[in-house]
Amino acid sequence: MLRLYVEEKMLSITTFVIVSVIKIVIALAVLLTAVAYTVWLERKLVGRIQNRWGPQRVGPFGLLQPLADGAKFIFKEDLTPPYVYKPLYIAAPILSLVLALTSISLVPIGNWVTVRGVRTPLEITDVNIGLLIILGITSLSVYGVALAGWSSNSKYSLLGSLRASAQMVSYEIALGVSLVGVLIMSGSLNLREIVDMQGGHMAGFIPRWNIFRGQIVAFFVYLAAAFAETNRVPFDLPEAETELVAGYHTEYSSMKFAMFFMAEYANMITAASIATLLFLGGWHGPLGGPWWLQAILPVFWFALKVFGFIFLYIWIRGTLPRFRYDQLMAFGWKFLFPIAVANVLVTSLIVALQK
Amino acid sequence: MPQNYVPIFIFIAVVAILIPLTLGIAKLVRPEKPEKAKLMPYECGVDPIGDSRQRYTVRFYIVAILFVIFDVETIFLFPWAVLYKALAWFGFIEMMIFLTILIVGYVWVWKKGALEWI
Repeated sequence: MLRLYVEEKMLSITTFVIVSVIKIVIALAVLLTAVAYTVWLERKLVGRIQNRWGPQRVGPFGLLQPLADGAKFIFKEDLTPPYVYKPLYIAAPILSLVLALTSISLVPIGNWVTVRGVRTPLEITDVNIGLLIILGITSLSVYGVALAGWSSNSKYSLLGSLRASAQMVSYEIALGVSLVGVLIMSGSLNLREIVDMQGGHMAGFIPRWNIFRGQIVAFFVYLAAAFAETNRVPFDLPEAETELVAGYHTEYSSMKFAMFFMAEYANMITAASIATLLFLGGWHGPLGGPWWLQAILPVFWFALKVFGFIFLYIWIRGTLPRFRYDQLMAFGWKFLFPIAVANVLVTSLIVALQK
Repeated sequence: MPQNYVPIFIFIAVVAILIPLTLGIAKLVRPEKPEKAKLMPYECGVDPIGDSRQRYTVRFYIVAILFVIFDVETIFLFPWAVLYKALAWFGFIEMMIFLTILIVGYVWVWKKGALEWI
Protein backbone atom coordinates (compact mmCIF):
# COMPACT_ATOMS: atom_id res chain seq x y z
CA MET A 1 0.00 0.00 0.00
CA LEU A 2 2.85 2.37 0.82
CA ARG A 3 4.28 1.92 -2.66
CA LEU A 4 1.04 3.02 -4.30
CA TYR A 5 0.88 6.00 -2.00
CA VAL A 6 4.31 7.20 -3.08
CA GLU A 7 3.37 6.81 -6.73
CA GLU A 8 0.18 8.78 -6.24
CA LYS A 9 2.10 11.51 -4.47
CA MET A 10 4.37 11.96 -7.46
CA LEU A 11 1.51 13.35 -9.54
CA SER A 12 0.77 17.04 -9.08
CA ILE A 13 -2.82 18.03 -8.35
CA THR A 14 -3.38 19.35 -11.89
CA THR A 15 -2.10 16.15 -13.49
CA PHE A 16 -4.21 14.10 -11.08
CA VAL A 17 -7.40 15.94 -11.99
CA ILE A 18 -6.65 15.89 -15.74
CA VAL A 19 -5.89 12.17 -15.66
CA SER A 20 -9.10 11.54 -13.67
CA VAL A 21 -11.23 13.51 -16.11
CA ILE A 22 -9.72 11.73 -19.13
CA LYS A 23 -10.38 8.37 -17.50
CA ILE A 24 -13.93 9.37 -16.58
CA VAL A 25 -14.73 10.42 -20.15
CA ILE A 26 -13.29 7.19 -21.59
CA ALA A 27 -15.04 5.06 -18.95
CA LEU A 28 -18.40 6.73 -19.59
CA ALA A 29 -18.08 6.30 -23.35
CA VAL A 30 -17.11 2.63 -23.00
CA LEU A 31 -19.78 1.97 -20.41
CA LEU A 32 -22.65 3.56 -22.34
CA THR A 33 -21.58 1.72 -25.50
CA ALA A 34 -21.39 -1.51 -23.52
CA VAL A 35 -24.89 -0.91 -22.13
CA ALA A 36 -26.28 -0.22 -25.61
CA TYR A 37 -24.69 -3.33 -27.08
CA THR A 38 -25.76 -5.49 -24.15
CA VAL A 39 -29.32 -4.59 -25.13
CA TRP A 40 -28.52 -5.50 -28.76
CA LEU A 41 -26.91 -8.78 -27.64
CA GLU A 42 -29.90 -9.65 -25.50
CA ARG A 43 -32.38 -9.05 -28.33
CA LYS A 44 -30.24 -10.99 -30.76
CA LEU A 45 -29.62 -13.96 -28.45
CA VAL A 46 -33.16 -14.21 -27.11
CA GLY A 47 -34.28 -14.01 -30.73
CA ARG A 48 -32.11 -16.95 -31.69
CA ILE A 49 -33.19 -18.93 -28.62
CA GLN A 50 -36.82 -18.38 -29.62
CA ASN A 51 -36.09 -19.33 -33.24
CA ARG A 52 -36.32 -15.75 -34.54
CA TRP A 53 -33.72 -13.50 -36.16
CA GLY A 54 -33.73 -10.62 -33.69
CA PRO A 55 -32.73 -7.16 -34.96
CA GLN A 56 -31.22 -7.43 -38.46
CA ARG A 57 -32.54 -4.53 -40.56
CA VAL A 58 -30.53 -1.57 -39.22
CA GLY A 59 -26.95 -2.01 -40.33
CA PRO A 60 -25.12 -5.35 -40.70
CA PHE A 61 -26.47 -7.91 -38.19
CA GLY A 62 -28.63 -5.09 -36.80
CA LEU A 63 -25.51 -3.55 -35.25
CA LEU A 64 -26.84 -0.01 -35.59
CA GLN A 65 -30.05 -0.94 -33.75
CA PRO A 66 -28.93 0.70 -30.45
CA LEU A 67 -28.45 4.02 -32.29
CA ALA A 68 -31.91 3.74 -33.80
CA ASP A 69 -33.35 2.91 -30.37
CA GLY A 70 -31.63 5.95 -28.86
CA ALA A 71 -32.96 8.27 -31.57
CA LYS A 72 -36.44 6.85 -31.09
CA PHE A 73 -36.31 7.37 -27.31
CA ILE A 74 -35.33 11.00 -27.78
CA PHE A 75 -38.04 11.78 -30.34
CA LYS A 76 -40.86 10.07 -28.42
CA GLU A 77 -43.43 12.13 -26.55
CA ASP A 78 -42.66 12.23 -22.82
CA LEU A 79 -45.91 12.16 -20.87
CA THR A 80 -45.84 13.59 -17.36
CA PRO A 81 -49.31 12.72 -16.05
CA PRO A 82 -50.90 15.45 -13.91
CA TYR A 83 -51.55 13.22 -10.92
CA VAL A 84 -47.90 12.28 -10.24
CA TYR A 85 -45.74 13.87 -7.54
CA LYS A 86 -43.53 15.69 -10.01
CA PRO A 87 -40.19 16.28 -8.18
CA LEU A 88 -39.77 12.63 -7.24
CA TYR A 89 -41.25 11.44 -10.52
CA ILE A 90 -38.44 13.20 -12.41
CA ALA A 91 -35.74 12.50 -9.82
CA ALA A 92 -36.32 8.73 -9.67
CA PRO A 93 -34.96 7.74 -13.12
CA ILE A 94 -32.05 10.19 -12.80
CA LEU A 95 -31.19 8.74 -9.39
CA SER A 96 -31.36 5.18 -10.71
CA LEU A 97 -29.04 5.89 -13.62
CA VAL A 98 -26.56 8.02 -11.67
CA LEU A 99 -26.18 5.32 -9.02
CA ALA A 100 -25.95 2.52 -11.58
CA LEU A 101 -23.20 4.31 -13.51
CA THR A 102 -21.30 5.47 -10.42
CA SER A 103 -20.83 1.96 -9.06
CA ILE A 104 -18.93 1.07 -12.23
CA SER A 105 -16.39 3.83 -11.54
CA LEU A 106 -14.76 1.70 -8.82
CA VAL A 107 -14.32 -1.44 -10.90
CA PRO A 108 -10.69 -2.08 -11.91
CA ILE A 109 -10.30 -3.57 -15.37
CA GLY A 110 -6.56 -4.17 -15.55
CA ASN A 111 -3.09 -3.54 -14.17
CA TRP A 112 -1.31 -0.22 -13.77
CA VAL A 113 -0.26 1.48 -16.99
CA THR A 114 2.31 4.19 -17.71
CA VAL A 115 1.39 6.75 -20.34
CA ARG A 116 3.82 9.65 -20.98
CA GLY A 117 5.48 9.11 -17.62
CA VAL A 118 2.19 9.17 -15.68
CA ARG A 119 1.52 5.89 -13.88
CA THR A 120 -2.12 5.23 -13.26
CA PRO A 121 -4.42 2.26 -12.50
CA LEU A 122 -6.85 1.06 -15.18
CA GLU A 123 -9.91 2.22 -13.26
CA ILE A 124 -11.21 5.62 -12.33
CA THR A 125 -9.81 5.45 -8.85
CA ASP A 126 -8.15 2.90 -6.59
CA VAL A 127 -9.57 3.12 -3.06
CA ASN A 128 -8.91 0.67 -0.26
CA ILE A 129 -12.60 -0.02 0.46
CA GLY A 130 -13.73 -0.33 -3.16
CA LEU A 131 -15.99 -3.32 -2.63
CA LEU A 132 -17.74 -1.70 0.32
CA ILE A 133 -18.45 1.46 -1.70
CA ILE A 134 -19.81 -0.56 -4.63
CA LEU A 135 -22.13 -2.48 -2.30
CA GLY A 136 -23.24 0.77 -0.69
CA ILE A 137 -24.02 2.44 -4.00
CA THR A 138 -25.85 -0.58 -5.42
CA SER A 139 -28.01 -0.86 -2.30
CA LEU A 140 -28.97 2.79 -2.71
CA SER A 141 -30.48 1.93 -6.09
CA VAL A 142 -33.55 0.57 -4.29
CA TYR A 143 -34.50 4.24 -3.70
CA GLY A 144 -34.86 4.88 -7.42
CA VAL A 145 -37.30 1.98 -7.73
CA ALA A 146 -39.28 2.76 -4.58
CA LEU A 147 -39.61 6.48 -5.37
CA ALA A 148 -40.59 5.80 -8.99
CA GLY A 149 -43.43 3.51 -7.93
CA TRP A 150 -44.71 5.75 -5.17
CA SER A 151 -44.57 9.03 -7.08
CA SER A 152 -46.28 7.60 -10.18
CA ASN A 153 -49.58 7.34 -8.31
CA SER A 154 -50.69 4.30 -10.26
CA LYS A 155 -51.69 0.93 -8.80
CA TYR A 156 -49.44 -1.14 -11.01
CA SER A 157 -46.46 1.10 -10.32
CA LEU A 158 -46.97 0.98 -6.58
CA LEU A 159 -47.35 -2.80 -6.51
CA GLY A 160 -44.32 -3.24 -8.74
CA SER A 161 -42.14 -0.97 -6.64
CA LEU A 162 -43.23 -2.64 -3.38
CA ARG A 163 -42.35 -6.02 -4.79
CA ALA A 164 -39.07 -4.74 -6.19
CA SER A 165 -38.04 -3.11 -2.91
CA ALA A 166 -38.88 -6.17 -0.82
CA GLN A 167 -37.06 -8.44 -3.25
CA MET A 168 -33.98 -6.26 -3.49
CA VAL A 169 -33.56 -5.86 0.25
CA SER A 170 -34.15 -9.58 0.86
CA TYR A 171 -31.53 -10.75 -1.61
CA GLU A 172 -29.06 -8.09 -0.57
CA ILE A 173 -28.48 -10.01 2.66
CA ALA A 174 -27.63 -13.27 0.90
CA LEU A 175 -25.46 -11.31 -1.52
CA GLY A 176 -23.54 -9.57 1.26
CA VAL A 177 -22.99 -12.75 3.26
CA SER A 178 -21.87 -14.68 0.19
CA LEU A 179 -19.00 -12.21 -0.29
CA VAL A 180 -17.71 -12.71 3.27
CA GLY A 181 -16.03 -16.01 2.35
CA VAL A 182 -13.98 -14.28 -0.33
CA LEU A 183 -13.08 -11.50 2.09
CA ILE A 184 -11.83 -14.06 4.63
CA MET A 185 -9.57 -15.61 2.02
CA SER A 186 -8.16 -12.36 0.67
CA GLY A 187 -8.23 -10.21 3.80
CA SER A 188 -8.90 -6.98 1.94
CA LEU A 189 -11.74 -4.85 0.64
CA ASN A 190 -9.57 -3.42 -2.13
CA LEU A 191 -10.70 -5.02 -5.39
CA ARG A 192 -7.21 -4.76 -6.86
CA GLU A 193 -5.70 -6.68 -3.94
CA ILE A 194 -8.45 -9.30 -4.08
CA VAL A 195 -7.60 -9.90 -7.74
CA ASP A 196 -3.85 -9.96 -7.05
CA MET A 197 -4.45 -12.73 -4.50
CA GLN A 198 -5.87 -14.89 -7.28
CA GLY A 199 -2.83 -14.86 -9.57
CA GLY A 200 -0.82 -18.01 -10.35
CA HIS A 201 -1.76 -21.68 -10.46
CA MET A 202 -2.46 -24.59 -8.11
CA ALA A 203 -1.19 -28.11 -8.88
CA GLY A 204 0.43 -26.82 -12.04
CA PHE A 205 -2.57 -25.92 -14.12
CA ILE A 206 -5.67 -24.95 -12.09
CA PRO A 207 -5.83 -21.13 -11.76
CA ARG A 208 -5.94 -19.89 -8.18
CA TRP A 209 -9.30 -18.22 -8.68
CA ASN A 210 -11.52 -18.07 -5.63
CA ILE A 211 -14.15 -20.24 -7.30
CA PHE A 212 -11.61 -23.09 -7.47
CA ARG A 213 -10.37 -22.48 -3.93
CA GLY A 214 -13.53 -23.57 -2.14
CA GLN A 215 -15.79 -20.58 -2.83
CA ILE A 216 -17.94 -22.37 -5.40
CA VAL A 217 -21.00 -22.39 -3.12
CA ALA A 218 -20.54 -18.69 -2.46
CA PHE A 219 -20.30 -18.14 -6.21
CA PHE A 220 -23.66 -19.77 -6.89
CA VAL A 221 -25.30 -17.92 -3.99
CA TYR A 222 -23.88 -14.70 -5.41
CA LEU A 223 -25.13 -15.65 -8.88
CA ALA A 224 -28.71 -16.18 -7.69
CA ALA A 225 -28.67 -13.08 -5.49
CA ALA A 226 -27.22 -10.94 -8.27
CA PHE A 227 -29.99 -12.03 -10.63
CA ALA A 228 -32.57 -11.01 -8.04
CA GLU A 229 -30.80 -7.73 -7.24
CA THR A 230 -30.84 -6.67 -10.87
CA ASN A 231 -34.48 -7.80 -11.30
CA ARG A 232 -33.70 -10.24 -14.07
CA VAL A 233 -35.44 -13.45 -15.11
CA PRO A 234 -36.17 -15.77 -13.26
CA PHE A 235 -36.60 -13.15 -10.52
CA ASP A 236 -38.14 -10.36 -12.61
CA LEU A 237 -41.28 -10.22 -10.48
CA PRO A 238 -41.22 -6.39 -10.20
CA GLU A 239 -41.93 -6.06 -13.91
CA ALA A 240 -43.87 -9.27 -14.47
CA GLU A 241 -45.70 -8.01 -17.54
CA THR A 242 -48.44 -10.62 -17.36
CA GLU A 243 -49.67 -9.32 -14.01
CA LEU A 244 -48.20 -5.84 -13.47
CA VAL A 245 -47.97 -4.34 -16.99
CA ALA A 246 -44.43 -3.00 -16.52
CA GLY A 247 -44.05 -2.71 -12.74
CA TYR A 248 -42.55 0.44 -11.29
CA HIS A 249 -41.95 2.15 -14.65
CA THR A 250 -45.47 1.71 -16.03
CA GLU A 251 -46.10 5.46 -16.12
CA TYR A 252 -42.74 6.42 -17.61
CA SER A 253 -42.14 7.07 -21.28
CA SER A 254 -39.48 8.35 -23.65
CA MET A 255 -36.07 9.28 -22.13
CA LYS A 256 -37.16 8.61 -18.55
CA PHE A 257 -38.06 5.06 -19.44
CA ALA A 258 -34.76 4.74 -21.29
CA MET A 259 -32.97 5.75 -18.10
CA PHE A 260 -34.52 2.92 -16.10
CA PHE A 261 -33.66 0.61 -18.94
CA MET A 262 -30.04 1.74 -19.06
CA ALA A 263 -29.78 1.56 -15.27
CA GLU A 264 -30.90 -2.08 -15.35
CA TYR A 265 -28.27 -3.01 -17.90
CA ALA A 266 -25.55 -0.99 -16.16
CA ASN A 267 -26.39 -2.86 -12.95
CA MET A 268 -26.05 -6.13 -14.86
CA ILE A 269 -22.58 -5.11 -15.99
CA THR A 270 -21.64 -4.16 -12.41
CA ALA A 271 -22.84 -7.51 -11.08
CA ALA A 272 -20.91 -9.31 -13.81
CA SER A 273 -17.77 -7.29 -13.03
CA ILE A 274 -17.95 -8.03 -9.31
CA ALA A 275 -18.42 -11.74 -9.99
CA THR A 276 -15.41 -11.65 -12.29
CA LEU A 277 -13.23 -9.79 -9.82
CA LEU A 278 -14.14 -11.75 -6.71
CA PHE A 279 -14.62 -15.28 -7.99
CA LEU A 280 -13.22 -15.63 -11.50
CA GLY A 281 -9.77 -14.15 -11.05
CA GLY A 282 -10.33 -10.71 -12.56
CA TRP A 283 -7.90 -9.99 -15.37
CA HIS A 284 -5.72 -13.06 -14.77
CA GLY A 285 -5.34 -15.37 -17.74
CA PRO A 286 -2.70 -16.78 -20.05
CA LEU A 287 -0.19 -14.08 -21.00
CA GLY A 288 2.36 -14.02 -23.78
CA GLY A 289 3.52 -12.37 -26.97
CA PRO A 290 5.08 -8.93 -27.52
CA TRP A 291 4.82 -6.16 -24.91
CA TRP A 292 1.82 -4.42 -26.47
CA LEU A 293 -0.12 -7.69 -26.44
CA GLN A 294 0.79 -8.24 -22.78
CA ALA A 295 -0.53 -4.78 -22.00
CA ILE A 296 -3.87 -5.47 -23.70
CA LEU A 297 -4.40 -9.12 -22.70
CA PRO A 298 -5.44 -8.51 -19.05
CA VAL A 299 -8.19 -6.14 -20.18
CA PHE A 300 -9.19 -8.67 -22.81
CA TRP A 301 -9.47 -11.50 -20.25
CA PHE A 302 -11.50 -9.28 -17.95
CA ALA A 303 -13.86 -8.28 -20.76
CA LEU A 304 -14.18 -11.90 -21.86
CA LYS A 305 -15.19 -13.07 -18.38
CA VAL A 306 -17.69 -10.23 -18.01
CA PHE A 307 -19.07 -11.10 -21.44
CA GLY A 308 -19.43 -14.73 -20.40
CA PHE A 309 -21.38 -13.70 -17.31
CA ILE A 310 -23.69 -11.44 -19.33
CA PHE A 311 -24.16 -14.23 -21.85
CA LEU A 312 -25.28 -16.43 -18.94
CA TYR A 313 -27.73 -13.73 -17.84
CA ILE A 314 -29.31 -13.67 -21.29
CA TRP A 315 -29.24 -17.43 -21.72
CA ILE A 316 -31.11 -17.89 -18.44
CA ARG A 317 -33.58 -15.22 -19.48
CA GLY A 318 -34.29 -17.18 -22.63
CA THR A 319 -34.61 -20.48 -20.77
CA LEU A 320 -36.29 -20.21 -17.38
CA PRO A 321 -39.85 -19.21 -16.45
CA ARG A 322 -40.62 -16.70 -13.71
CA PHE A 323 -40.86 -17.60 -10.00
CA ARG A 324 -44.03 -17.08 -7.99
CA TYR A 325 -43.64 -14.29 -5.43
CA ASP A 326 -43.91 -16.49 -2.32
CA GLN A 327 -41.44 -18.94 -3.85
CA LEU A 328 -39.09 -16.05 -4.50
CA MET A 329 -39.17 -14.83 -0.90
CA ALA A 330 -38.86 -18.37 0.48
CA PHE A 331 -35.90 -19.04 -1.82
CA GLY A 332 -34.08 -15.93 -0.62
CA TRP A 333 -34.77 -16.21 3.11
CA LYS A 334 -34.98 -19.95 3.69
CA PHE A 335 -32.45 -21.29 1.20
CA LEU A 336 -29.85 -18.75 0.08
CA PHE A 337 -29.33 -17.05 3.44
CA PRO A 338 -28.66 -20.25 5.50
CA ILE A 339 -26.36 -21.55 2.76
CA ALA A 340 -24.42 -18.30 2.69
CA VAL A 341 -24.02 -18.35 6.50
CA ALA A 342 -22.93 -22.01 6.39
CA ASN A 343 -20.37 -21.07 3.76
CA VAL A 344 -18.97 -18.39 6.06
CA LEU A 345 -18.74 -20.89 8.94
CA VAL A 346 -16.99 -23.56 6.86
CA THR A 347 -14.58 -21.10 5.23
CA SER A 348 -13.61 -19.50 8.53
CA LEU A 349 -13.13 -22.92 10.14
CA ILE A 350 -10.88 -24.14 7.34
CA VAL A 351 -8.83 -20.94 7.28
CA ALA A 352 -8.41 -21.12 11.06
CA LEU A 353 -7.34 -24.78 10.85
CA GLN A 354 -4.74 -23.94 8.19
CA LYS A 355 -3.05 -21.40 10.46
CA MET B 1 -5.28 8.01 0.56
CA PRO B 2 -8.14 10.49 0.85
CA GLN B 3 -7.30 12.14 -2.49
CA ASN B 4 -8.20 8.89 -4.20
CA TYR B 5 -11.87 9.51 -3.39
CA VAL B 6 -11.95 12.77 -5.36
CA PRO B 7 -12.44 11.12 -8.79
CA ILE B 8 -15.62 9.43 -7.53
CA PHE B 9 -17.13 12.81 -6.79
CA ILE B 10 -15.95 14.16 -10.17
CA PHE B 11 -17.64 11.15 -11.77
CA ILE B 12 -20.90 11.73 -9.89
CA ALA B 13 -20.81 15.43 -10.88
CA VAL B 14 -20.23 14.59 -14.56
CA VAL B 15 -23.02 12.02 -14.63
CA ALA B 16 -25.42 14.19 -12.64
CA ILE B 17 -24.92 17.02 -15.19
CA LEU B 18 -24.97 14.81 -18.27
CA ILE B 19 -28.23 13.00 -17.54
CA PRO B 20 -30.50 16.00 -16.86
CA LEU B 21 -28.86 17.57 -19.95
CA THR B 22 -30.06 14.62 -22.02
CA LEU B 23 -33.55 15.12 -20.62
CA GLY B 24 -33.36 18.80 -21.55
CA ILE B 25 -32.24 18.06 -25.11
CA ALA B 26 -35.03 15.51 -25.50
CA LYS B 27 -37.51 18.17 -24.35
CA LEU B 28 -36.46 20.45 -27.25
CA VAL B 29 -37.00 17.92 -30.02
CA ARG B 30 -39.91 15.74 -28.92
CA PRO B 31 -43.60 16.37 -29.65
CA GLU B 32 -45.91 17.48 -26.83
CA LYS B 33 -49.57 16.63 -27.47
CA PRO B 34 -51.21 15.63 -24.18
CA GLU B 35 -54.87 14.65 -24.14
CA LYS B 36 -57.28 13.34 -21.53
CA ALA B 37 -57.10 9.63 -22.29
CA LYS B 38 -53.30 9.68 -22.53
CA LEU B 39 -52.95 11.31 -19.13
CA MET B 40 -55.13 8.83 -17.24
CA PRO B 41 -53.41 6.35 -14.89
CA TYR B 42 -52.66 3.25 -16.91
CA GLU B 43 -55.01 0.45 -15.91
CA CYS B 44 -55.32 -1.46 -19.15
CA GLY B 45 -58.00 0.81 -20.57
CA VAL B 46 -60.41 0.56 -17.64
CA ASP B 47 -61.26 3.78 -15.78
CA PRO B 48 -59.36 3.78 -12.46
CA ILE B 49 -61.43 3.27 -9.32
CA GLY B 50 -60.36 4.91 -6.07
CA ASP B 51 -56.98 6.19 -4.97
CA SER B 52 -53.91 4.23 -6.00
CA ARG B 53 -52.18 4.61 -2.64
CA GLN B 54 -54.21 2.03 -0.82
CA ARG B 55 -53.38 -0.35 1.99
CA TYR B 56 -51.09 -3.21 1.16
CA THR B 57 -50.08 -6.37 2.94
CA VAL B 58 -48.14 -6.13 6.20
CA ARG B 59 -45.59 -8.65 4.88
CA PHE B 60 -43.66 -5.87 3.21
CA TYR B 61 -43.10 -4.17 6.57
CA ILE B 62 -41.95 -7.44 8.14
CA VAL B 63 -39.45 -7.96 5.33
CA ALA B 64 -38.16 -4.43 5.83
CA ILE B 65 -37.68 -4.96 9.58
CA LEU B 66 -35.96 -8.32 9.06
CA PHE B 67 -33.73 -6.67 6.46
CA VAL B 68 -32.50 -4.08 8.95
CA ILE B 69 -31.59 -6.77 11.51
CA PHE B 70 -29.78 -9.08 9.12
CA ASP B 71 -28.11 -6.35 7.10
CA VAL B 72 -26.50 -4.96 10.23
CA GLU B 73 -25.19 -8.47 10.76
CA THR B 74 -23.64 -8.41 7.28
CA ILE B 75 -21.99 -5.08 7.99
CA PHE B 76 -20.65 -6.60 11.21
CA LEU B 77 -19.23 -9.56 9.30
CA PHE B 78 -17.27 -7.46 6.79
CA PRO B 79 -14.55 -5.94 9.03
CA TRP B 80 -14.29 -9.25 10.88
CA ALA B 81 -13.69 -11.10 7.62
CA VAL B 82 -11.03 -8.63 6.46
CA LEU B 83 -9.08 -9.02 9.72
CA TYR B 84 -9.85 -12.72 10.13
CA LYS B 85 -6.35 -14.05 9.40
CA ALA B 86 -4.92 -11.86 12.16
CA LEU B 87 -7.65 -12.77 14.65
CA ALA B 88 -7.58 -16.56 13.91
CA TRP B 89 -9.18 -18.70 16.64
CA PHE B 90 -10.05 -15.74 18.86
CA GLY B 91 -12.01 -14.20 16.00
CA PHE B 92 -13.57 -17.53 15.13
CA ILE B 93 -14.96 -18.11 18.63
CA GLU B 94 -16.13 -14.52 18.98
CA MET B 95 -18.00 -14.70 15.68
CA MET B 96 -19.48 -18.11 16.54
CA ILE B 97 -21.02 -16.62 19.68
CA PHE B 98 -22.44 -13.72 17.67
CA LEU B 99 -23.75 -15.98 14.90
CA THR B 100 -25.29 -18.41 17.40
CA ILE B 101 -27.33 -15.60 18.92
CA LEU B 102 -28.33 -14.48 15.45
CA ILE B 103 -29.26 -17.96 14.25
CA VAL B 104 -31.42 -18.51 17.32
CA GLY B 105 -33.27 -15.37 16.31
CA TYR B 106 -33.48 -16.57 12.73
CA VAL B 107 -34.96 -19.93 13.78
CA TRP B 108 -37.46 -18.14 16.01
CA VAL B 109 -38.49 -15.87 13.14
CA TRP B 110 -38.91 -18.91 10.88
CA LYS B 111 -40.97 -20.81 13.51
CA LYS B 112 -43.16 -17.74 14.07
CA GLY B 113 -44.01 -17.79 10.36
CA ALA B 114 -42.59 -14.37 9.54
CA LEU B 115 -40.85 -15.84 6.50
CA GLU B 116 -44.07 -17.32 5.09
CA TRP B 117 -45.63 -15.13 2.44
CA ILE B 118 -49.26 -16.30 2.63
